[in-house]
Amino acid sequence: MEEILFQAKKVAEDAEVFSVASEETQVNFEANRLKHLQTKQQTSMALRIIRQGRIGYAVTTDAEDYPRLVSNAVETAQFGMPAKFELPSANSYPQVEVFSADAGLVPVEAMVTLGGRLIEAVTGHTPGIICEAEVTRGVVSVQLMNSRGGQAEYRKSYFSLDMEGNLTRGTDMLFVGDSASSCQPMLEPGTVADNILQQLELARNQAPVSTKSMPVVFTPNGVASALVMPLLAAFNGKTVLEGASPLGQKLGQKVFDRKFQLWDDPVVAFQPSSRPCDDEGVPSQRTPLIENGKVTSFLYDLQTAAVAGTRSTGNGRRDHGGLPAPSPSAFVIAAGSTTFDEMVGDIKEGLVVEQLMGAGQGNVLGGDFSGNVLLGYKVENGKIVGRVKDTMVSGNVYQILKDIAAFGSQARWVGGFLQTPHIYCPSVSVASKG
Amino acid sequence: MSIDNAAQELAELVRTGEADYIEAHLEESQASHMVYRGRELESVGRSEAVGGNVRAMVRGGWGFVSFNSLNDLRGRVEMAVRQAGLVGSEASQLAAVPPVVDRVSAGVDRDPVTIPLAEKKQVLDEYNEIIWRQPEIQTSNIGYSDGRKRTIFLSSSGSYIEQERADVNLRVAAIAARDGNVQQAGLSMGSRGDLAPLRQLHHEVERLSRHAVELLSAPQVKGGEYTVVLDPVLAGVFVHEAFGHLSESDFIYENDRMRELMALGKQFGSRELNIVDTATLPGLRGSYKYDDEGVPAARTYLIKEGKLVGRLHSRETAAKLKEKPTGNARAISHRYPPIVRMSNTFIEPGAVSFEDMIGDIKEGIYAKNWYGGTTSMEMFTFSAGEAYMIRNGKIAEALRPVVLTGNVFDTLKNIDAIGNDLDMNQGGGCGKGEQMPLPVSNGSPHIRISRCLVGGS
Repeated sequence: MEEILFQAKKVAEDAEVFSVASEETQVNFEANRLKHLQTKQQTSMALRIIRQGRIGYAVTTDAEDYPRLVSNAVETAQFGMPAKFELPSANSYPQVEVFSADAGLVPVEAMVTLGGRLIEAVTGHTPGIICEAEVTRGVVSVQLMNSRGGQAEYRKSYFSLDMEGNLTRGTDMLFVGDSASSCQPMLEPGTVADNILQQLELARNQAPVSTKSMPVVFTPNGVASALVMPLLAAFNGKTVLEGASPLGQKLGQKVFDRKFQLWDDPVVAFQPSSRPCDDEGVPSQRTPLIENGKVTSFLYDLQTAAVAGTRSTGNGRRDHGGLPAPSPSAFVIAAGSTTFDEMVGDIKEGLVVEQLMGAGQGNVLGGDFSGNVLLGYKVENGKIVGRVKDTMVSGNVYQILKDIAAFGSQARWVGGFLQTPHIYCPSVSVASKG
Repeated sequence: MSIDNAAQELAELVRTGEADYIEAHLEESQASHMVYRGRELESVGRSEAVGGNVRAMVRGGWGFVSFNSLNDLRGRVEMAVRQAGLVGSEASQLAAVPPVVDRVSAGVDRDPVTIPLAEKKQVLDEYNEIIWRQPEIQTSNIGYSDGRKRTIFLSSSGSYIEQERADVNLRVAAIAARDGNVQQAGLSMGSRGDLAPLRQLHHEVERLSRHAVELLSAPQVKGGEYTVVLDPVLAGVFVHEAFGHLSESDFIYENDRMRELMALGKQFGSRELNIVDTATLPGLRGSYKYDDEGVPAARTYLIKEGKLVGRLHSRETAAKLKEKPTGNARAISHRYPPIVRMSNTFIEPGAVSFEDMIGDIKEGIYAKNWYGGTTSMEMFTFSAGEAYMIRNGKIAEALRPVVLTGNVFDTLKNIDAIGNDLDMNQGGGCGKGEQMPLPVSNGSPHIRISRCLVGGS
């Protein structure tokens, strides 16, 4: 790395080398049976330079061939954005626990046993269900070094459990599923099994639903699949800078329900989305985004912050080894005080949405969403009466989140990027074939 | 070490490895990309990668090891074999295919990756200029990427196939805003490495920019059931999402109920409906000579005269279902094992003209272009980038983008008119599991669907 930095410094004012090395082992079950064992070793070395004031960039898997890495970066620097930022010099980073040696050492046999127990729990409950499951463990090493003396290095471990079940009866298909992840090993089927069994219980019968506006409870999975995508885009400093964020002009204004609190949190211990610094070496911080319904901040990397005349919030991320761009680490929505049972008990006719399919295909920037209820339940007179089918839920998240009946009392992590409680919305548009 | 040297070494290792079957893939690739957000060329970069994998089968179980470092190939093969041994518990089944030794070139005059960035940038600058000429444009979004890769496939049954391919991809989006109302319109286009089709989109880009502005004052459709006419692009997405994924045998081969549901010979649509998947058509992004298991590409009828007559296979699914392999096992890169995927999937043209198709619709929706689509096998959703009301047989006012959804089995039966204007869509890519985007193409003539559920206000 020092050598690449040294060579790059000869042709550029500033340079930064970012390397990632990972090793992952995954056990896959297909159709209720152990099917695959996989091991993936990956390396990448990315070089960002500032040459004649412009950003150049190249990446390779082969760090030995650094002359080519440097010349590729030099070619791209002719057209790159003018660099408005300075690479960070030496920094001190918060202590964020993201490594557990145990996670990388779990024997493959134990991972096989865990997946097998999860499948037994689900097939034992519902004979005829066909399950796919994955148990994954991995370790990632990240290293960063720049010509201003900035330097960062950390290791992260992760362990995850994913499962999807499919029950086919005639042409009717029921899909259930859940997942969990941590930097520490998980050796019990735990919440994943519990959640799937609960889904199966609630989906036992089918229930018709009418086409009209009605109260809808989004479960944590439902919030992730229906409501969060527009917010991920709207709080991105780059979207704001372009004027494409509906929240761009609303800093300090109350846009959402008073009860709504949201922040970006990269420092939660043993959460795979956490890290001590971002991919540019800026220290991690917790950034409040919505406080009491008011918009309080946006998320920035170095370049976007410099152009916008503000400071990086430590949200520079490189997806697939690309150039850094602002990106949330993990969104956390504060829990309220209403239990799920109380929400359901309050509804005369409504829906519980657990999984919405295709919600992110509409006008995400504008906040519109519309999706097919892949898994959701009809509520009648305070009780869940069965699963709904051929049903679409549509709306605009900015309108929906302006008026929220209640936030659930228990928040949980979903999809590795969101911690949220249930959200109970008084009126959402539902269309159904009935 | 070059991948050719690594292949030499692996050829011996896979031949002597103690497994029922072993294959290896090696890959070297170069790529470049340019992304505009707004007027700025926000990101430009070049990347290079070398890597490979070894996949072994022992008693029906698979072991898979992927790597960037070409050192210790013996260790990688041993690990894949050991893993497969841990998994396997039954007889290995793979459809027999004759070993192949072949070399396939990329078939492009000019490697798109080596074309200077300046030359590619000039075209993108022109498009961006067209977008920004429109009033009320808030921002633009242009993403261009190209890639070229050379792969070597070798197997314990004696295959050694070297293939090159190139791919280019462009998406352009115009975003308009007025009083906090934000709307966008876009296009997506690709080719097998030939830049020419991507250089001639000035007219299209101007049209989509105007459309983004037009959407600012467009109403949102009222949710409910409509007669919907799909343009070839969206109908192609529909056939890919709603039906194509259901034809991928890895969903079926170990699931008795799915197998019953997808029994060959079953009537899925009208006698006019024919659906094909084939990787053999020259010049399409989903085409190849051999798939990633070394099986030659084929032409597979999925639906013929409305009846289910075929499905897509890997060697394993073909053997287990006792059907012929179709050459549809594909991986997006050396990091992943091949799985059953589509190639170029389309509805064959019928006889109905567009005018006749909309002529007797009193109130319906004409949906064009796509944002995306997804499926859960039974249910699908896909979204149209552009939509219009049809009133009394005529195209009427523009609508905000619409999301269409339905049950594939009902919807295929509800296709009541198939146009005479087949067109293949070369944009975007397909995702399945973690593996995306995979170059595919899909297509269709205009089609009409009665009673299609549309999400709205």
